[in-house]
Amino acid sequence: MSLVPPSPATTLATPRAMDDLDQLEAQSIFILREAYRKLRPLSLLWSLGKDSNVMVWLARKAFMGRVPFPVMHVDTGKKFPEMYAFREEYTKKWNLDLMLGDCPPVEEIDPSLPPAARSAARKTAGLASLIEKHKLRGVIAGIRRDEQATRAKERVFSPRGAGHRWDVRNQPPEFWDQYATPYEDGMHIRVHPLLSWREIDIWRYIERENIPLVDLYFAKNGKRYRSLGDQDITSPIDSNASTLAEVIAELENSKTSERAGRAMDHESEDAFERLRVAGYL
Amino acid sequence: MTTNDLPASLRAAATPIVIVGHVDHGKSTLIGRLLYDTDSLQDGKLAQIVESSRKRGLAVEWSFLLDSLQIERDQGVTVDSTRIPFHLGGREFVIVDAPGHRQFLRNMITGAADAEAAVLVVDALEGAQEQTRRHAMLLRLIGIRHVIVLLNKSDLLDFDQARIGQAEADVRDLLGRLEITVEAFVPASARDGDNIATRSERAPWYTGPTLVEALASVPAPASRLALDFRMPVQDVYRFDDVRYVAGRIERGVIRAGDRIMIGSQGQQATVAEICRWHAPENPVAGAGESIALRLEPDLVPDRGDLLFPAQETGTAPIRTARLRTRLFWLRGEPLRVGESFTLRLATAEHDVTVASIDAVVNLDDLTLSPGDEVPPDGFAEITLVASHAILFDPFSPGYSDGRGVLVDRFQRIVGGAPLLGAAELPDGAHAIHPTASRVSLGQRRALHGHDGGVFWLTGLPGSGKSTIARAVESELVAEGLRTTVLDGDTLRAGLCSDLGFSPEDRRENIRRTAHVARLLAESGQAVIVALVSPLIEDRALAAQIIGEGFHEVHVDTALAICETRDPKGLYAAARAGRIQDFTGVSAPYEAPQAPALRLETDGALAGTVSGFREFIEAKLKH
Repeated sequence: MSLVPPSPATTLATPRAMDDLDQLEAQSIFILREAYRKLRPLSLLWSLGKDSNVMVWLARKAFMGRVPFPVMHVDTGKKFPEMYAFREEYTKKWNLDLMLGDCPPVEEIDPSLPPAARSAARKTAGLASLIEKHKLRGVIAGIRRDEQATRAKERVFSPRGAGHRWDVRNQPPEFWDQYATPYEDGMHIRVHPLLSWREIDIWRYIERENIPLVDLYFAKNGKRYRSLGDQDITSPIDSNASTLAEVIAELENSKTSERAGRAMDHESEDAFERLRVAGYL
Repeated sequence: MTTNDLPASLRAAATPIVIVGHVDHGKSTLIGRLLYDTDSLQDGKLAQIVESSRKRGLAVEWSFLLDSLQIERDQGVTVDSTRIPFHLGGREFVIVDAPGHRQFLRNMITGAADAEAAVLVVDALEGAQEQTRRHAMLLRLIGIRHVIVLLNKSDLLDFDQARIGQAEADVRDLLGRLEITVEAFVPASARDGDNIATRSERAPWYTGPTLVEALASVPAPASRLALDFRMPVQDVYRFDDVRYVAGRIERGVIRAGDRIMIGSQGQQATVAEICRWHAPENPVAGAGESIALRLEPDLVPDRGDLLFPAQETGTAPIRTARLRTRLFWLRGEPLRVGESFTLRLATAEHDVTVASIDAVVNLDDLTLSPGDEVPPDGFAEITLVASHAILFDPFSPGYSDGRGVLVDRFQRIVGGAPLLGAAELPDGAHAIHPTASRVSLGQRRALHGHDGGVFWLTGLPGSGKSTIARAVESELVAEGLRTTVLDGDTLRAGLCSDLGFSPEDRRENIRRTAHVARLLAESGQAVIVALVSPLIEDRALAAQIIGEGFHEVHVDTALAICETRDPKGLYAAARAGRIQDFTGVSAPYEAPQAPALRLETDGALAGTVSGFREFIEAKLKH
């Protein structure tokens, strides 16, 4: 075997310095590649919102321009028309294998939940039936720690037991980039590649990478949506930010919670945790 | 470029800071206070704290900020780690809150492992406690490089310089024994805000930094670019007829044209291209980047193969099948010699067996002493053996080298193993390198239609163990279960024919039987052991060897009935003194206190056997 001498040391190229977004991106790519390797069948939840678009984008980064597993949209039937148009357009442009899931009528949902949480729980039921139908072992979801205190407790790989329940008191240890992959029949793992991202990081990354978005996020007539859920339980915030740069500037000066416009988070102190234990994102 | 110092135009990532310490020494209060003092609260949060405190009829509790889960408030302890961003000058930090309740150690590790610096909160009045020592030990083992000690509740010592000096000396001594260098000791009161963000007026003698000043001077992470290149292969893809070797560079730099070595096989290749999608073209990549390589020739490495320079300029990776490692143990049951695990090392997985437990840490005084087992949440130094040579770089705080993790056969993470180096073989010892099965329990289950397990029948001689075992064997096989009976007398006729009935020989008899039972159970069989096994201690040994699949079954027949039956004429012989050490007559029988199943034999045999069969089926088929 002959050894090739190393290239001349005089004009060596140097690696580009990594800023905070580069580091977040590299870590998310690592997580997505772990999920694709360890959890099959695997699918990515595409809610059509800004975070899940970033996630699809990161998957394309991880897999050289393609998403090598299906994406799911759990359709409550109550999304904004702009979102359905966006779904049509980018399923084609990004060459996505799209799986649609329906949600049961609200009458079938636990009546002890407050009204908006009950409405949100429809999505949980729709997701559960997709997971069962496709026997998914891995579900990639775009939640972030900074969104909500309960989500701050999450793991990157978060096992869900039978009935998709989140056992918040008994989570596996997770350190040194080693993720638990316990498996018994009926279990799946929620994978959270954006867990360490903050809202402002998402926006700066969208700006840097030029990732498309539904324009509901941008202000019209003094209002814009900061977070997009169902039409009937999401409200816009007061804002004049009509471009990416203006949204970023607005967020850098804001200390209001992102999910302030999501009704189910505020109905009672523990409503959101009860939703999550039952399988809500 | 040889450092990670960023050009001014680039934003640095937030610096993670973990806050650890004994329960009630004030961690949550400190975090609430820090966020308030640095004005890092979201608008809604302060109102939420006030509202929560008001509802409970309390004054404002800083710790409520973190106790965001209902269950935490109910129990009054922080259950899991949370991460909270805060700003200090131009720099961003992320606070990781770690719980002080000892049963939640694994949550603390989850939070702390990525931290750049740690704040160890110690109650100035109480001094270092059990969890203070435990957390400090863990800071060392997970590799936190910068430690700041906050002597909290210093107001309880009236900020008295002499008394605080004594508290500081005690903690300094403790951390010194762990080879942890402390950046600063800060006398403080988190509740009142002394020396957190603002200098305390109650300790004019103190000239060191406030906590915020100490945090601000934590240096940026050490550069990994100047070290030799290492990339563990994460996966290999083939898209559109191009093969991509994907991975994250753990340290060093790789350039197109570089010659690399692949794993331990000695294969070499040249990097033909560094591939990224939707990123500026750059023929070079450095530590931290997740990239894909095209190799020339187009070899197909395995996941876990380490890529490193073909011509080492620095230190080559260690190559050994015997590894010396530190250990932090996270399983609820103790670790014992002979147990097998998967060692995960970056993306590699290796089958390893614990060859020896070389030293166990005594948490009362942090001394090392020999031991047979590592207790739950314990620390130790152990030797692992693998069936083949493993390639690794020794653990070093602040770097990703040598970060081993032990995983059990249920894919649960049970321990952290910062690898120290190759283990010397003890003089005169014959090296054994056990191999572990690659067949999963799920595959076995699919093959047999059921799990394996051991049903250990214990009872007096003549109680009916063998009769029940043989009868249930027939029924199980008729039901399609793979079944083996290990009968005491049968074993003594062969495998154990060299053994007598002394306590030592009885114990050896049980040890051998248990190992055979374990092998059969692991191969997916229902194993029925029929053995007098009179001593609790000996059955505990069997349970330990067999592990989770062990089920103790007491064949509970009264001595008088056994003696009446006396199928082999042994009781008569023992009473006549012709047999020594006969269980029930001249040797003790210790009945199980809480067997998994108790079989009574005063009814019809058929009923006893079918009840036993149902029990076995319920355990193995689910």
